[in-house]
Amino acid sequence: MTAKVRVEHLSAWYGSKRAIEDITLDFEDRAVTAIIGPSGCGKSTLIRCMNRLHEVVPKARAEGKVLLDGKDVYEQDPVTVRRRVGMVFQKANPFPTMSVYDNVAAGLRLNGVRDRKRLDESVLKSLKRAALWDEVKDSLDAPGVSLSGGQQQRLCIARALAVEPQVLLMDEPCSALDPIATAKIEDLVFDLKKEYTVVIVTHNMQQAARVADYTAFLYLGKLIEVSVTRDLFERPHEELTENYITGRFG
Amino acid sequence: MTFHPMRFLIDRDARRRLKDRLAQVATFLCVVIALIPLGSILVTAVARGAAAIGPGFFTDSLPPPCNPDVTPNCPTGGIANAIQGTLILVALAAGISLPVGVLAGVYVSEYGANRIGRSVRFFTDVMTNIPSIVIGIFVYTLFLELGVLGWVDRGLVFSATTGAIALSTIMIPIVARTSEEALKLVPVAVREAALALGVPKYRTILRVVLSTARSGLVTGALLAIARAAGETAPLIMTAFGNPFGFQGLDQPVEAMPRIIFVYGITPFPNWQALAWGAALVLVLISLLISIASRLVLRSRFSIGGVHR
Repeated sequence: MTAKVRVEHLSAWYGSKRAIEDITLDFEDRAVTAIIGPSGCGKSTLIRCMNRLHEVVPKARAEGKVLLDGKDVYEQDPVTVRRRVGMVFQKANPFPTMSVYDNVAAGLRLNGVRDRKRLDESVLKSLKRAALWDEVKDSLDAPGVSLSGGQQQRLCIARALAVEPQVLLMDEPCSALDPIATAKIEDLVFDLKKEYTVVIVTHNMQQAARVADYTAFLYLGKLIEVSVTRDLFERPHEELTENYITGRFG
Repeated sequence: MTFHPMRFLIDRDARRRLKDRLAQVATFLCVVIALIPLGSILVTAVARGAAAIGPGFFTDSLPPPCNPDVTPNCPTGGIANAIQGTLILVALAAGISLPVGVLAGVYVSEYGANRIGRSVRFFTDVMTNIPSIVIGIFVYTLFLELGVLGWVDRGLVFSATTGAIALSTIMIPIVARTSEEALKLVPVAVREAALALGVPKYRTILRVVLSTARSGLVTGALLAIARAAGETAPLIMTAFGNPFGFQGLDQPVEAMPRIIFVYGITPFPNWQALAWGAALVLVLISLLISIASRLVLRSRFSIGGVHR
């Protein structure tokens, strides 16, 4: 297994509260890895540490390594790391003052790309990859926030893909969506793994079982178990994992 | 007379209903009392001001003093010099205070989660509440003493420059506070979305956060401009006034609120009329700014569309 991202002995704190503790975990290239666990177990913290977005939270800090293609992201400029490691959030967050087109073009444009042709191509390609093109091709000038919840989330995915990342982090991308919109996103995730390393945080175990090649189970900030998704759900090694997936807690 | 529990109960309900009614009437009366001065100001300003606004009101300057009831050809004159002066003063003050105030607001909101940020916020609050005459005497004394030291021209004490500086001293804290509040309303999710795209923080603030907060920023700017346009006290000691119109940035300049004060207390009916005319113009300006800021705020959630 070739690890695109390797997390090594990673711990993170919010103030004095430790959110994750000594996690070591590999994320394979062109595969979907799901991170499951009960609320507050550190799932979101873990992926935020991977693109250094936890640094936006006051008093948050991390220790350990996150190796992207073998190089520690903590020794690189966070801005360049985030261009290679894209993120989709729990709640769709299109830029409220921007149109559909502008939202997708935002990443390139805010990083100085002005060439109209290149922007047009990137918007087209990204919206197609995010399976949104057919629905919005006639309303590219409409405000991004005028789309439905599921469309907004796919718009955010398109926006993240437009900066050509290699890794895509998804923080419970479906938790605010209805089942139909959820199914669309899941299909999309399944397609995206052909080109990207996808990490998806979810508290929905069925979702992990449906989309992920590998699944990691976190509990109280610790990595309890990680394996091929089917194995984790059918033959968990740890009692905690078994208790969680059979619904005895969490 | 003996105490009767049953009768007490019935009485209590009736008494409560009566009290409720009385309280409601009392609050309504207070509203009426609060509105009386506002109504009478508006009525007087419109009645006396409209009478004063004749031909030449916006183009002429200070006429010779006279009483139209006694002198047959008493000129009505106009306040062109004051309108021009106020426009110049407010434009200069806005030019200084809007960039400084907005950037100060950006600092406190985006980088101010520390002791410096908290103290800046505290002192802008204090500054907002300082009586404007205090700012007037401060700017006056500052330039007087700089003049004595020979660092600036002595004549600069009474000039458009000092007037604009006094007004911007009043505007900066207002703009800083309203900008900070407007920026804080921008959801964290919007900032994170931009940062997660690999946009540097400064550019996220300049291109995403400020643009998302723009209606709040515009509203704050309008409020500060309205406040500055109506300030009299600091201008008495700085801009000083002149009846001839703008003579240069280093020369005294007139302002509308100042002529209300100066002309209003003269014994000359045609000057008093000009003061009322200026009062009406100021009331209309503040009305227009209030309406404009409401329109801007209302459009807050309908922003979008084409920015391509």
